Amino acid sequence: MPYTADKPPLPQTPDQLRARIPGWGADLDPADRPSVPREVRGLDTGAHWELPEQQEEHVPRERSVEHTRLTPVFGTSVPLKGLSGAVRRLSYARFSEGRAAHWLLLLAADRVDAVESHLTALVRLHPDDPVTETGIRAELSAGPLSSRRGRVDVRHQVLDPVVVVGPWVVAGVIGYRAVRSVVRRARREA
Amino acid sequence: MRAMVYRGPYKIRVEDKPMPRIEHPNDAIVRVTTAAICGSDLHLYHGLMPDTRVGSTFGHEFVGVVHEVGPSVQNLSVGDRVMVPFNIYCGTCFFCARGLYSNCHNVNPNATAVGGIYGYSHTTGGYDGGQAEYVRVPFADVGPTLVPDWMDEEDAVLCTDALATGYFGAQLADVVEGDVVVVLGAGPVGLFAARSAWLMGAGRVIVVDHLAERLAKAREFAFAETIDFTEHRDVVVELKRTTGGLGADRVIDAVGAEADGNLLQHVTAVTLKLQGGSPVALNWAIDAVRKGGTVSVMGAYGPMFSAVKFGDAMNKGLTLRMNQAPVKRQWPRLFEHIRSGYLTPSDIVTHRIPLEHIAEGYHLFSSKLDGCIKPLVVPSAT
Repeated sequence: MPYTADKPPLPQTPDQLRARIPGWGADLDPADRPSVPREVRGLDTGAHWELPEQQEEHVPRERSVEHTRLTPVFGTSVPLKGLSGAVRRLSYARFSEGRAAHWLLLLAADRVDAVESHLTALVRLHPDDPVTETGIRAELSAGPLSSRRGRVDVRHQVLDPVVVVGPWVVAGVIGYRAVRSVVRRARREA
Repeated sequence: MRAMVYRGPYKIRVEDKPMPRIEHPNDAIVRVTTAAICGSDLHLYHGLMPDTRVGSTFGHEFVGVVHEVGPSVQNLSVGDRVMVPFNIYCGTCFFCARGLYSNCHNVNPNATAVGGIYGYSHTTGGYDGGQAEYVRVPFADVGPTLVPDWMDEEDAVLCTDALATGYFGAQLADVVEGDVVVVLGAGPVGLFAARSAWLMGAGRVIVVDHLAERLAKAREFAFAETIDFTEHRDVVVELKRTTGGLGADRVIDAVGAEADGNLLQHVTAVTLKLQGGSPVALNWAIDAVRKGGTVSVMGAYGPMFSAVKFGDAMNKGLTLRMNQAPVKRQWPRLFEHIRSGYLTPSDIVTHRIPLEHIAEGYHLFSSKLDGCIKPLVVPSAT
């Protein structure tokens, strides 16, 4: 096709589109759309305050160093705890959101958190169950082969179980070697 | 109460958790009647979003009944049936005062770059979400709205994020009459963005994905042409070919952080977490849009850097537009469109899962098994 000033022809006219597609052109006017203009003053939000009251801070709440204050409202779902909490606290106290270190520390803390939580659950006799918690039983009734046939993402799905099971295997090997080492030392001393 | 609880990457279980409490005078507690699993929940599930803590409850799409209200709540009463936008926002800060509800500065101590979102890690404020029997709803006078009497429960839950985000994405793309619009991703947001582009006068809508059942849904539900990117050696060349060599006027990225289509990008971003997200779809958008065109980004990415082809975006004079959707600004118009039959959100729901079986639901959705496009979670079902 030659590169001219004309736009390539469309397969259907507006009348044909209107007849085929429910509501075609209902929001045709770009100025008459809900988020146009993007910034607008005077919307009724339902708020009846200028500055919201401050939510009580029962335990010290970590916050971004880019904030000048603790926000009036905040989530309380999982307070900082353990080694992962210490890493997260360091990340928030030391690095701004603009620093990769901030996010990498938080991601590292997430992995530490998972290990800590698995161990805690074990001690509390409510251990994690890889079968039920991964939802793998859905495979039984979901057509695992037919659902995946020919899919490009299957290539990386091969790696997913490694990511999930890998830490368990590594922890198992480390545990086995530790126990073996203790046993051997005990035998030598005996 | 029973709630979905994150246990680490790819692992969740349902546990008894303490009932949420009124922690601020304008809080409400809502009993969840229907929730949904969003594609962006999978980023949490896969351990991609920093500061996703073990023990947290996901879920930012939910509707329910008001169970308790704080002392300053004026606009809601116990027993009201409400739909709750995924944004948590105060209504009066610098950003809310300008309609940027998704960018509220008063609700997220953990980050200034993003507002508050239910059940979406501490990076968005550390709030528990709605994949539970009950949930704390801050600023109850601002976010929630009564579900209209005529509105179906499943339509209502889809208005709380997926539909509003898709519709907002089409707006951000600056669609005008006769535009050729390409939507990357035929998940719920992509399907809704494609359908919304028609409302704004698109002349062609082309949806790109690789899953047969989603492409079929794009043809049937969104009246779109479709391209399976695995059938082409280079999907960008195919998009150029079908647009007369120019590229599309508007491209909407409705994929986000876990895009397939480039193994190296996917593995470095999703498996190894070395990028904030796999920018495959974003790079295809930059390449496939015409010079001077608009790229609208609705796909969610993590806060870290990603390997985006920014030079081409500059050289082509592109407009890149993006934001988390300010959901409640979309609702009056969306309600009109649903009532008129122009939008039929619940048509994309494929699975309804009892809360107790939510781990299977996540696996099904994450692995895209059994034709799963949009799973809902029903706490009261058994």
